[in-house]
Amino acid sequence: MIGQAGEQQLREVVIGVRGLLVGFGDRLIMRGLDLDVYRGEVLGFVGGSGTGKSVLTRAILGLVPKRGGTIEVFGQDIDQIGDQGRRALERRYGVMFQQGALFSGLTVKQNVQMPMREHLNLSERLMDELARLKIELVGLRPDAADKFPSELSGGMIKRAALARALALDPELVFLDEPTSGLDPIGAAEFDDLIQTLQRTLGLTVFMVTHDLDSLYAICDRIAALADGKVIAAGPMETMLASDHPWLRAYFHGKRARSIVAPGDALARTEG
Amino acid sequence: MPATPEFTIDRAGGETRLHLGGSWTLDAGAEMERSSASLVNAAAEGRTAVIDLSGVERMDTGGAWLIDRARKLLETAGVDIRIENPRPDQATLLVEAGWRAFERPRTAYGSPLIAMLVDLGESVVNAWRDFVAGIAFLGRSVVALGRALGHPRLFRLTSLVYHIENFGLRSTPIILLINFLVGCIVAQQGIFQLRYFGAETFAVDLIGILILRELGVLLTSIMIAGRSGSAITAELGSMKMREEIDALTVMGLSPMDVLVTPRLLALIVALPLLTFLADMAAIFGGMVVSWGYAGLGPEAFLSRLQYAIGFNTFMVGVIKAPFMALVIALVGAMEGLAVKGSAESLGRQVTASVVKSIFMVIVVDGLFAMFFATIEY
Ligand SMILES: Nc1ncnc2c1ncn2[C@@H]1O[C@H](COP(=O)(O)OP(=O)(O)OP(=O)(O)O)[C@@H](O)[C@H]1O
Ligand SMILES: [Mg+2]
Repeated sequence: MIGQAGEQQLREVVIGVRGLLVGFGDRLIMRGLDLDVYRGEVLGFVGGSGTGKSVLTRAILGLVPKRGGTIEVFGQDIDQIGDQGRRALERRYGVMFQQGALFSGLTVKQNVQMPMREHLNLSERLMDELARLKIELVGLRPDAADKFPSELSGGMIKRAALARALALDPELVFLDEPTSGLDPIGAAEFDDLIQTLQRTLGLTVFMVTHDLDSLYAICDRIAALADGKVIAAGPMETMLASDHPWLRAYFHGKRARSIVAPGDALARTEG
Repeated sequence: MPATPEFTIDRAGGETRLHLGGSWTLDAGAEMERSSASLVNAAAEGRTAVIDLSGVERMDTGGAWLIDRARKLLETAGVDIRIENPRPDQATLLVEAGWRAFERPRTAYGSPLIAMLVDLGESVVNAWRDFVAGIAFLGRSVVALGRALGHPRLFRLTSLVYHIENFGLRSTPIILLINFLVGCIVAQQGIFQLRYFGAETFAVDLIGILILRELGVLLTSIMIAGRSGSAITAELGSMKMREEIDALTVMGLSPMDVLVTPRLLALIVALPLLTFLADMAAIFGGMVVSWGYAGLGPEAFLSRLQYAIGFNTFMVGVIKAPFMALVIALVGAMEGLAVKGSAESLGRQVTASVVKSIFMVIVVDGLFAMFFATIEY
């Protein structure tokens, strides 16, 4: 464990959250939350429904006002940077919202091109090709490019939203439950794609997910949220070894058992 | 700032070696596109060419796409070309984001003239369809209304009261204000123009008849079309967008019963009441101006008014009000339910709702004018 902590200190922190307080009305959702996300890793973020995973994502993105604490993204405190800095920062990350948040008045292709138009200086032809490339990469059929969001299925919306999040080849992507609503094969393809991009582009991924398969397949580290704090963070072994009741229920529950082969990860931690 | 995407050419023995360098990333945008184009030009003459990636610092999907597209272009031009020395991650990227053919979207054909005629034809057909749909919708709402009145249990009293408050009570201040002002203006103009004939007192007749028969109800209806008709469209439209209407349907509830009928009834109740208030406010405005501008005291004004108008003058205006309400609510609800999935469509439908309901209000007013003239009421 100590060796690992030392190793992590050497790695660059892409997102650093310290003592975060966020609340709505008189209800505090984040109660002094600390979290680090390192460059090049896929961080899986788990927690029960309504514990505030989406709220944390939105707070890091500056969409929800915080009551206290600091948030640093790429080493810059998001309160200190001006509009210019914020724009430069937004160029470096891509976001996939839980509900997709596609622009309903634009086709899928135009949705993907939207950030390109805003931030890049590309010819119309290249933008067209890149948008179609991204649409194919996320596993949508080419004819989906000219469809409007209201004409897409739930899973297609997820894919289109991922295509838009990846439009600028960002360094950091936020994915809010990317695989929910996908069939298992599609979800596995999704995992593969994210992993490929992470390896080839050095992507850092902050992924909120309930999908145990994703957690196993692609997450380098997992952080768990409960009671407004990160109750545990580390590789799968740490999660499995934790004796926090929620984590035990989550990783040793009925659904988990079929994935955590008894002789596999458990044995490794206990052995 | 990342190094610009560039390359050097090395021609040796019929083979063109292209040493790529710098960052081939989307930040470099236009420069990367230029480099990729000149890459093709540089190698197009030779028989064989090699793209050497050893000097590339960074590459993203945009860079990979442009490099691989250049390779494909040269290959089709008959050059024997290969890519050498990619790092493992770059090799993966070149496969993942490699060149592929996209079917071109079919472009719309035809001259602008034809397009214009198509547009024209479409709008004529659509206008007719709107009309038919409007009649059908009227029928459906009458059925729903009948159902609500026949089965008091289906009657949504809370919802009705809520909408009466929204459409009626909350628009009272603005209705009072604009009608007061219009009453003032009509009085001022009437007195001013009739003064030439020494017939200032007839301004009271003008105010009474014009306001009670026409202006009160018309202004109120137009105001409510803008205020409440648009609200009905926006509410129903956004519910349609988020599948809430479908949710109602599958629960066995009719959107007509739950959403349209209470709004329709509320408006039918509220608009005559508002018209009455509007009439009073306008006449009060007329009285104030007559007093100040023509020296006609309230007592003289009222006795003249009593002589000028009858109860039927007032009724002509108020009878129209429920019909105006019907038109506004129907157009609003119909447009709301016609919203498709996008935010744009919602905006379009709200605009259409306001424009159509104001238009219909004026048409209905015209029809009533003819009707009342014929029966000499
Ligand atoms: N705008 C808001 N106003 C008030 N409360 C809010 C708001 N947004 C979120 N909340 C509350 O914050 C809590 C956390 O919500 P959040 O959407 O982050 O949950 P989550 O962890 O993402 O859950 P899920 O896994 O179901 O997506 C919830 O209890 C929710 O009711
Ligand atoms: Mg959420």
